[in-house]
Amino acid sequence: MPQAFAPEQTTTPSAPGGAAPLIAFHDVCLTIAGNEILRDISFEISRGEFVCVVGPSGCGKTTTLRLISGLMHPSSGQVTFEGRPVTGPRQDVAIMFQDYGRALLPWRTAAGNVSLALESLGVPRSERADRIQDLLVKVGLKGQDKRFPNQLSGGMQQRLQIARCLAQNPSVLLMDEPFGALDAMTRQALQDEVLSIVAATGATVFFVTHDLEEAVYLGDRVIGLLPHPGRVAKTVSVDLPRPRDQLSSRETPQFLHLRRELFDFIKEAEA
Amino acid sequence: MKGARWQGLVFPLGLLLLGEAAFAWSHIQSDSIAAPSAALLAGYDALTDGSMLQATGDTMFAAIAGLSIGGGVGLLLGLVLGTAPVLDRLMEFTIEAVRPIPSVALIPVALLVYGFGYRMEIAVVTFSSTWPVLIMTRSAIAGIEPRLIEVARALRFNFAQRVWKIVLPAALPRIFVGFRLAAGVALIVAVTCEISANPIGLGYGMMMAEQSLHPDLMLAFLVWIGVVGWCWNWTMITAQKRLFGPAALVEPAR
Repeated sequence: MPQAFAPEQTTTPSAPGGAAPLIAFHDVCLTIAGNEILRDISFEISRGEFVCVVGPSGCGKTTTLRLISGLMHPSSGQVTFEGRPVTGPRQDVAIMFQDYGRALLPWRTAAGNVSLALESLGVPRSERADRIQDLLVKVGLKGQDKRFPNQLSGGMQQRLQIARCLAQNPSVLLMDEPFGALDAMTRQALQDEVLSIVAATGATVFFVTHDLEEAVYLGDRVIGLLPHPGRVAKTVSVDLPRPRDQLSSRETPQFLHLRRELFDFIKEAEA
Repeated sequence: MKGARWQGLVFPLGLLLLGEAAFAWSHIQSDSIAAPSAALLAGYDALTDGSMLQATGDTMFAAIAGLSIGGGVGLLLGLVLGTAPVLDRLMEFTIEAVRPIPSVALIPVALLVYGFGYRMEIAVVTFSSTWPVLIMTRSAIAGIEPRLIEVARALRFNFAQRVWKIVLPAALPRIFVGFRLAAGVALIVAVTCEISANPIGLGYGMMMAEQSLHPDLMLAFLVWIGVVGWCWNWTMITAQKRLFGPAALVEPAR
């Protein structure tokens, strides 16, 4: 495996609950202009864990992601990363947005968009071309380096965003409904892509989605939020064996049981 | 396509021929108008003896210098005001109070400060070409996709990198529209300066021809100024197509 993909800080993924948490929310509240968005959010994410967040719209899924990223700050309480409060965006935390059409630079080619992340790390110009090619091949965009984002399909644009995230050598991937706008087949292909990348790099993932099956399929743990104000209402562990398979994993009794449990939770929440 | 262009020339050429014929038949001797052929000859003489090219150089120098300074100031102010809403609110009244002053009204002031010559003309052109660039830059920056700014923040770019890698490229096509508008204004204001006060350039050449009762040369200058203006505008539009053509083409596909 090229050195570029080896996360700097990740050792072997420790068992959840074993070592100190990588990311922790301590009684986090957020109020914006008098609107209470989040109330008393507390949870922990271990190194190497894949955590999915589900909940009805307006429950603050994306907001919790933005708090981890350091793009937003809590009104009270604390979000910590490796035990220290999050003060701003970090080099080893990559964010992937849902709206690929707006998150990619339309005036840069696919290669140029990946280059942006390398530039942010101060990678010398001479080394960039090779690393860009490696990353594009890795996400299945071989030969697309000279095309502009709006010449790529939605799925390819999301692959490009993944490549840009991986260019950061992230130890944490924050994914905000990344596949919500894609068709079912493309979505499944990208889900497996993400799982294999995570398996290879040992990255920790915080994955926001409104697709309950996606959450169960991908996650080690699923956190359910309730709205008005956003708060943690449910946490389920997903003990499906890995590597997972789009057909057989989704047919196991555990999968169907967890799916049912989460559907009931959402139905109750929206009732 | 080519046929249509030639058809467009029928009317003006016919009008010129009609004017020429009217002069030939009526034997008018006039100090205020001249036959097209006389204007053509005067223009040819002025071009070949270098005086008209010298005047063109003077005017274009003042216009380009003023456009560069004014465009630069407008770009800088637009960037600052577009990225700092606090400053924008602070400066809004001042800008809206100064901007509507007709730039021609500044000619007496500039004359008093700088005297005759390039400097006063450049000063007035600078004033007039600052505003289109400032206004377009400010609105172009306000219109940048917020998600791109977030991407820049997430990648921990500092202010200069953010401006260079995200803000400028995202806003540049619209900024250039402002620059094109300013270029048109710059030429108009430069010639106006010369007609009303400054003894250099095309506008002054035209005034001299008029005051020395040479309507043929005056008309030759008028036509030449039109040609220069057309070329200037063509240069700007071509530059815009060259620089942002691909972006403009793929834009509707989004």
